[in-house]
Amino acid sequence: MDIIITICSGFLLLVGSFLCISGGIGLLRFPDFYTRMHAVGVTDTLGAGMILVGLMMLSTDFLVFAKLVMVLLFTLLIGPTTSHVLAKAAFHNGVTPKDSNNLGQSKEKENTSSIL
Amino acid sequence: MLIAATLAIFVAMILAIIRGIAGPTLYDRILAVNMFGTKTVLLISLLGFVMGRPEFLDIALVYALINFISVIGVLRYSDTNQFKHMPTEDKSIRKEP
Repeated sequence: MDIIITICSGFLLLVGSFLCISGGIGLLRFPDFYTRMHAVGVTDTLGAGMILVGLMMLSTDFLVFAKLVMVLLFTLLIGPTTSHVLAKAAFHNGVTPKDSNNLGQSKEKENTSSIL
Repeated sequence: MLIAATLAIFVAMILAIIRGIAGPTLYDRILAVNMFGTKTVLLISLLGFVMGRPEFLDIALVYALINFISVIGVLRYSDTNQFKHMPTEDKSIRKEP
C-alpha cells in the first residue's frame, strides 16, 4: 500500500512539474501577450493543483493535509480570477492582439502564414 | 521526486524572471510576476516537505493571499492615467478616439 501511494504521488509531481516547465516555456516563446497569458493561466492552475495533490498523498498529519487543501482552494480561486482581471485590464488599456491591426488588407498573407 | 519537482519549479521561475525583465509591455511583466508568485507558493510547499518541516505551509498560505492582493491592486491602479504605458507597437490605438 505504501509503494502505491509513493508511485501515485511521484507521478502527480512529475506531471505537475512538466506542466510548470511547459508554462514557463510558453511564457517565454509565444508571440503575443494574450497567447502568453493563455499558456500561463492554463498550466499554472493545473500544474499547481497536481503538485499539491501529490504532496497531499505524501502527508501523514491531518493538519498538513488541511493546510494543503486550503492552499489548493486558494490557488484554484486566485489563478482564473487574476487571469480574467489581467486580460480585461490589458484590453482596456490598449494592448491589441498581434496582427489585428491589418486584418482587412492582408488576409491572404494571413491565410498563407496560418497554413505554414 | 520531490527534489526533481523543486528543480523544475526553479527552472520555471527562471523563465518567468527572463520574461519579466524582457517583456515588451507592462502587462507581460505583471503576468510574469504573478506566475512567479504562484511558483513561489509551490516552491515553499515543496521545500517544507523536502526539509521535513511542514510548518512552511503557513507561509505558503500567506504568500498566496499577498500575491493575489498585490496583483489585483496593481491592476486596479493601472486604470488610472498616471499608469498609462503605451507600447511602441500599438501606436494605431492612439488614433482611435
